[in-house]
Amino acid sequence: MVEMSKEKIGRIIARQGIIIAFAMFIIGFTLANGKFLSIENVLSVMRSSAILGVMALGVTFVVVSGNLDLSVGSMMSFSTIVVLDLHDKVGPALAIPLMFAMTIALGALIGLLVGYLKLNSLIVTLGMLSAIHGLTLTYSGGKNMDIADKEGTWFNIFGQGTAMGIPVPIVIFLLVATFLGLLLAKTPFGRKVYAVGGNGTAATFSGIPRARNVFYCYVISAACVAIAGLIQASRSMGSQNTVGQGLELEVLAAVILGGASLLGGSGTIFKTLIGVLILGFIQNGLLLVGLQFYVQFVVTWVIIIFAVWLDIAAKRGKFWSTIA
Amino acid sequence: MNAKKLSKYFSKGAIWGFIVLEMIFFSIAGEFLSTSEKAFMDVDNMLLLLKQSAPIGIIAIGMTIIMINGNIDLSVGAIFAMSGIILLDSMTWLIFVGLGEWVIPVSWLLALLTGTALGFINGLIVWKTGVDAFIVTLGAMLGFRGLVFMYNGENPTSHLNWTLVDFAELEFLGLHTATWFLLVVTVIIWFVMTRTVHGRNAYAIGDNKEAAVNAGIRVGPHMLINFMIIGFLAALSAVVFYSESGSVNPNDGQLYELWVITAVVLGGTKLTGGAGSIISTFGGVIAIQLLRKGLGHIGADTSTVNLVIGIILIAVLILDRQLNAKGKEELKI
Repeated sequence: MVEMSKEKIGRIIARQGIIIAFAMFIIGFTLANGKFLSIENVLSVMRSSAILGVMALGVTFVVVSGNLDLSVGSMMSFSTIVVLDLHDKVGPALAIPLMFAMTIALGALIGLLVGYLKLNSLIVTLGMLSAIHGLTLTYSGGKNMDIADKEGTWFNIFGQGTAMGIPVPIVIFLLVATFLGLLLAKTPFGRKVYAVGGNGTAATFSGIPRARNVFYCYVISAACVAIAGLIQASRSMGSQNTVGQGLELEVLAAVILGGASLLGGSGTIFKTLIGVLILGFIQNGLLLVGLQFYVQFVVTWVIIIFAVWLDIAAKRGKFWSTIA
Repeated sequence: MNAKKLSKYFSKGAIWGFIVLEMIFFSIAGEFLSTSEKAFMDVDNMLLLLKQSAPIGIIAIGMTIIMINGNIDLSVGAIFAMSGIILLDSMTWLIFVGLGEWVIPVSWLLALLTGTALGFINGLIVWKTGVDAFIVTLGAMLGFRGLVFMYNGENPTSHLNWTLVDFAELEFLGLHTATWFLLVVTVIIWFVMTRTVHGRNAYAIGDNKEAAVNAGIRVGPHMLINFMIIGFLAALSAVVFYSESGSVNPNDGQLYELWVITAVVLGGTKLTGGAGSIISTFGGVIAIQLLRKGLGHIGADTSTVNLVIGIILIAVLILDRQLNAKGKEELKI
């Protein structure tokens, strides 16, 4: 009997482990620094998480469909540079749709390669990471992009504006999250994405085309990257070519923290939202208690492994792996 | 049967054919486009190419056995940087002051131990927790990089030891020290993978884990050993590289995993495990370095190199699929 209840408690802890750990972090940080849960701090954390967050929402679709996307970081650099460059050439009203079209075209290309040609998504997106980086450098000629007239444009509202006291990036982030959350959880398309990721062969035999749905997932991911690039460009009004470098890993970290399995078929938008907030708040909390900026990387490492480990342990009913 | 053999022969020899193609292309294109007077296929230039491919090459050899084993290691770049820092910093530690020049082997040993220990951590986590190697090493990539930055902030770690620089610039039988390291590592790992029980088991595990377990192979220790080997090799790569350059930037080694995986995939090793060859990876390393150098020779900048590498990686994947699909179809008939 004692064994049983112990196992049960273990399972509950494992299943809700990430929320419990998050709560403990928040309590700890609040005790250490009273400012941690103030409205200004919470808004500032959410504002700085918005760019990473929007990208993570898109990547959730890709991961649920059973694939990976390592190209979002360099794709974000691309869309940021493109929109900044076009802003001065054709004006913001035309620059934004053009940038969206170009970014989504890149996503469609990946979708074509992974979906229809059935290539390994890890290698394809790794190749695209490099190729898009090259494309960005070629486009900009290696120079930083800046908007010439920073005062006489409405372009800065996406990154710097506020709506009813709430920074616009947060509003965009939450709107995208609501829309994609409903799309993934409440529509036939969302169910197809789960089916394709859970068991591609079975899905195909049930009349759900794997190729087309994977293709859509990459298009959604690219659209999210375009939104993130827009926020980034509008926030800084100028950018380096490497602004998104390395973001793909933080994005994946957030998605994995949210509990999506890299094997596909599981994960939700809401959980990814939690994953993004955990990363953001831990980063902020560690800085507030006076630790070095880089400690967050080590903490993220430990948290990721524990989160996935507990999740797996709960599923197999054993703490340690059964590998001999 | 014949068609299958033929396609197998093609995909095995493809990388060497690609290398020859590259050499011809850059030699001819260089005649028209290059601004320098020297020919591309100059002996000195090729020897330099071998030397420059050593840092990536040594890690790529390690990545091959990891991928044959059915895993992946994304943390090699961070291990590379951490080992480099330990190598250069330990030479200035007060406890080693009395050693004189004998500090060099001690620092080398410490750097190699660092790499092996970091690989051990990855391997142990993969083994004991059962978490996928992709996630474990993705986390480690962030974590180890964090350690690198915590060690010395954003400042470079520098220490130039002239004895060491002389050693690194030494030439033996016309080949540089770094080239010798790459060749020796290639031969040793090739021997391990083709002539020892560990190598055979690594192939078996990568091909079919369940079957390997049923055959009585202990999967965990083999994976652990492979992660220690790649950690050791990433550190060795740092030792070879930083002995000469004498300064580690905390961002060093970033995107190394990309180059390394590209080289291994070009060499024909499958991500799914169970197949791959050390010698072909060596070919993949040379092919990439030829491409970087050749594009530089005809006046292209880094942006073009990135673009071309990405496109070639994807093209290889498409070609590989076409070749393999054909082989299967003909087997059915």
